[in-house]
Amino acid sequence: MFRFIARRLLETIPVLLIIVTATFFMVRFVPGGPFDNEKATTPEIRANLEAYYGLNLPLHQQYLNYLKAVVLHGDLGRSTKYASRTVNEIIADKLPASLQLGSLALLIALVLGLTAGVVAAVNRNTKIDYFTSTFSMVGICVPTFVLGPVLVLIFAIKLGWFNASGWYEWQDRILPSLTLGIVYAASIARLTRGGMLEVLNQDYIRTARAKGASEARIIFRHALRGGLLPVVSFLGPAIAGILTGSFVIETIFQIPGLGREFVNSAFNRDYTLVLGTVILYAVLIIGLNLVVDVVQVWLNPKLKFE
Amino acid sequence: MSAPVVQKPSTPPAASASASAVPDRGVSPWRDAWQRLRRNHLAVFGGAVLITLSLLCVIGPWFSPYGYEQTDLYNTFSPPSFKHWLGTDQLGRDLLTRLLFGGRISLMVGLVATFVALTIGVVYGAISGYAGGKTDRVMMRIVDILYALPFTIFVILLMVFFGRNLLLLFVAIGAVEWLTMARIVRGQIMSIKRMDYIEAARSLGLGTPRIIFRHMIPNILGPIIVYTTLTIPGVMLLEAFLSFLGLGVQPPMSSWGVLIKDGAERMEEYPWMLIFPGTIFSLTLFSLNFLGDGLRDALDVRAAKD
Repeated sequence: MFRFIARRLLETIPVLLIIVTATFFMVRFVPGGPFDNEKATTPEIRANLEAYYGLNLPLHQQYLNYLKAVVLHGDLGRSTKYASRTVNEIIADKLPASLQLGSLALLIALVLGLTAGVVAAVNRNTKIDYFTSTFSMVGICVPTFVLGPVLVLIFAIKLGWFNASGWYEWQDRILPSLTLGIVYAASIARLTRGGMLEVLNQDYIRTARAKGASEARIIFRHALRGGLLPVVSFLGPAIAGILTGSFVIETIFQIPGLGREFVNSAFNRDYTLVLGTVILYAVLIIGLNLVVDVVQVWLNPKLKFE
Repeated sequence: MSAPVVQKPSTPPAASASASAVPDRGVSPWRDAWQRLRRNHLAVFGGAVLITLSLLCVIGPWFSPYGYEQTDLYNTFSPPSFKHWLGTDQLGRDLLTRLLFGGRISLMVGLVATFVALTIGVVYGAISGYAGGKTDRVMMRIVDILYALPFTIFVILLMVFFGRNLLLLFVAIGAVEWLTMARIVRGQIMSIKRMDYIEAARSLGLGTPRIIFRHMIPNILGPIIVYTTLTIPGVMLLEAFLSFLGLGVQPPMSSWGVLIKDGAERMEEYPWMLIFPGTIFSLTLFSLNFLGDGLRDALDVRAAKD
């Protein structure tokens, strides 16, 4: 297992390098630069700014300097938009909100999805099952940017239970994480139902029944472990989706998170901030995918750490 | 729009079945699948909704007394009425006309980008599966790695940097969505690679491209059709997601994503601006998913669900 993890970590290095390189050069070759929007920059000021950020050096030199700073010091440079702030500071400032939103959404997705899926599978082909399945289909088909505003309309504006936007009190967390979580809860419910149904027909479940194990024990102890497999393999894409999905949620609910900052930084041609966030997201997604893979093998004795 | 997808493949095999002089009872696999699909009410409903919506979107705008960008500043935000069935927006533009016109764009993006994804995925998967061995391992490893990348982020960057044009949107979305298709095609190709008729084709001295595209692809059309149907909603979702962030289709052009964005911003006073586009968009995704599920059952595609 350690060899597996070590090998995967090693594989990550070239992948990250490719991401950094691709983003670095893509950002540089696009039309427009970070100082285009400034009001009437004189050539002198511009030259000064470029010197300050090292943008006057040859491109390959900039690239090597950037890599060196990132790898050796974890230093993502200074934001070209907010000259007084480093990218590390901005990330430290904005990431917590996004992480909170993401983990709450994931929690909601797992709790809601697993419960619904297990309930539907156990009560297969009953009204409960049809109800749950239809509901999860609805959850999959209503995109977050429709669901979010609709929830705001109902619960914040009409009923007045929550604030329509903002990120101050704990109540402000509920609607955004619910919006983001429901879509994935729906997918997880479908996967859990499918996985559980497959497992519940297996011989070893019949054996457990024959031995007189209680229904609860059979479901939670014997079936769930196998039934969870499709869910776990879905978690990789789900995590990536939740991370990027938070862009939209943060826009709808005016949350001061990294997602919104990222989209803005792209509009502002904030080279360093774009690069920094892309690297961070890549590391997060790749790292979490690795965790998912490990859990998957750990749950399923048929798979091996190859 | 979806009708040809269902019906087209049923012609050639059916014709050959009758040509091989089997008396009455012979039912070709395609006809068999078609009959199974027809018994699936949800799938039929989905198909019917899609055909209706597509026809409305294609034909509707011609019969509308309003243009999609025709403003009427005396009639802004008017609620649904006989004059404007679905009301008007902030510039007094007729919402129904914009909805139908936007439908053209959204459906077109769905189809074209899916076609891009389909082409890349099928070619890549077929080559990888047919070649086997080391080539296959390397090609699939690349797919694995790409799966873990924050692609949405790259699409966002591309759209911001290279001026948000439709063509780029197609390519960018298509380039993201081909991975699953490649995996599925590869698996299918591997499973029929050793069959006698392929050996026969090879011993006749046919070239590899001809074997793959004339003899193998037609035999794995089932799974390809199923996953194409399931890719379309994903693609449309991505388009709407980008448009919602202001990165996809640009006003005064309209697409469902653009309309939902406009609606979400003003839903407090003018909820119909969100409700109508949101409902139509969700209904489309709903129908596509049901149709895809129905096709999967009808064509008996066993590959991992979801």
